[in-house]
Amino acid sequence: MKSNRATQEPRWVRYGLLTVGLGFLFFFLGLPLVAVFVEALAQGVPLYLEALKEPETRSAIGLTIGIALAVLPFNIVFGVAAAWAIAKFDFKGKSVLITLIDLPFAVSPVVAGLVFILLFGAQGWFGPWLSAHEVKIIFAVPGMILATLFITFPFIARELIPLMQAQGKDEEEAAVSLGASGWQMFRRVTLPNIKWGLLYGVILSNARAMGEFGAVSVVSGHIRGETNTLPLHVEILYNEYNAVGAFAAASILALLALVTLVAKTVVEWRMKRETEMLNAVLAPEKT
Amino acid sequence: MAARTHRVLPGFGLALGYTLVYLSLLILLPLGGLILKASELGFAQIIDIALGERSLAAFRVTFGASFLAAAVNAFFGLIVAWILVRYPFPGKRFVDALVDLPFALPTAVAGITLATLYAGNGWLGRWIEPLGFKVAYTPLGIVVALTFITLPFVVRTLQPVIEDIETEVEEAAASLGASRWQTFARVIFPAIFPALLTGFALAFARAVGEYGSVIFIAGNLPLISEIVPLLIISKLEQYDVLGATALAVVMLALSFILLLAVNVLQWWTANRHKNDEPLEVAAAKASGGGE
Repeated sequence: MKSNRATQEPRWVRYGLLTVGLGFLFFFLGLPLVAVFVEALAQGVPLYLEALKEPETRSAIGLTIGIALAVLPFNIVFGVAAAWAIAKFDFKGKSVLITLIDLPFAVSPVVAGLVFILLFGAQGWFGPWLSAHEVKIIFAVPGMILATLFITFPFIARELIPLMQAQGKDEEEAAVSLGASGWQMFRRVTLPNIKWGLLYGVILSNARAMGEFGAVSVVSGHIRGETNTLPLHVEILYNEYNAVGAFAAASILALLALVTLVAKTVVEWRMKRETEMLNAVLAPEKT
Repeated sequence: MAARTHRVLPGFGLALGYTLVYLSLLILLPLGGLILKASELGFAQIIDIALGERSLAAFRVTFGASFLAAAVNAFFGLIVAWILVRYPFPGKRFVDALVDLPFALPTAVAGITLATLYAGNGWLGRWIEPLGFKVAYTPLGIVVALTFITLPFVVRTLQPVIEDIETEVEEAAASLGASRWQTFARVIFPAIFPALLTGFALAFARAVGEYGSVIFIAGNLPLISEIVPLLIISKLEQYDVLGATALAVVMLALSFILLLAVNVLQWWTANRHKNDEPLEVAAAKASGGGE
């Protein structure tokens, strides 16, 4: 155990660090997570279920799922297209493009909402034309979808670019030179290779789409039963001092977060196993 | 041009074209619209609005609280990353997965929960307030909310880097007579410092723009606990679109600078290993050779 002594801290330091680290996580992560459910059930289960049955809460749940579903195909197509171009080809300005894809991560959600008001709001660039044609984007669902698209823009591309770069292009080139069409190559070679990475990106972007608050809040107009997503509904109930209602709605979102974490962990585990298998196959045999 | 003729794989034009059009329509056009709108004001007037008493206080609160939250996370995140990589303990996989909770939990949920916990009659507030610390509805509450929101950044940037440290280097340092602390300070810490700084910068950048979790716990008093994103919204609600635009453009410029800094830091982290010192030099330094 001599080597252990050289690369390990004294016992009291180890226990000290474990206490501080786990204590920090307990107070900042564990306690809030437990508190959501305790507060939701504070007045008993019947009242909790009652709060969930409120028509406004139910329409908020519906809208949240609807927006998440509407956003998903756009993010998948963009993510795959961007990763294909960036990972498999060389072109000028590639690093600039990668930085631009990251841009929405750096923009405050409130600013993300504001830019769409400036474009499509009553006094915005396209405002007069839109109102003349009776198209409503701001303070309506289309604006909320746009803001969510902006916020979730980088997620899938960011997962796929490093993955596809690491995989190289040998397999696809082989498929093409054996006579596969572009679509056949994509469906039979590329898609099976990236499916876990793609799913990982979908999980992350979906969690963000369903939970987004700031950007959606700016463009929603807070019309009850119409443009209220679940996170916005949480705010309204909380500000009305309806703690049970607010935390009941919040508990659904917290459950969603837990499902996200489990799904994410499972996919991470699968990806790791597949890379290990791949490395085992590709590793030169050692004698 | 040679590359063009050798291109075997299909779909480059389509994929890049779609990427550029979608990026331009969804991200660049709206951000361009913001800048164009701000140009109606002119540079001097934007600065004037940003340096107004209320705005300046909001910028100070936003950046000060974000800095503190990122610093808290740099300190505790280093410890958490270290114990997750190096020490065995029961429930480690569960704790590891839980670290991502702030990324998965909607910010509004975090906001109302933290506000309830730290309020005078909350689970934590009732113990903290008698000690003379008011957290909920004060600037301290903003720091707490931002610490929660940005908690995963430092941990997640440090974990892979700590995993990559080769224990041989530490053994070499120890065999040359370095104490464990000297090994940490001279070998390990320099190796993980760029990643620590990257995590700090990512956390800071995220905290500066955060809105949802903060507004519930901040109290939102102008000049005292009002953050810039909230000020933008309240200007918008008073139909002061130009004022909101001016603040937004300043925030955008600062975000760009932060994004640039993060990119430079990540490049530094990635390139560090290439010109690493030979093992013996690092070990010798740790054992006190530098003095």
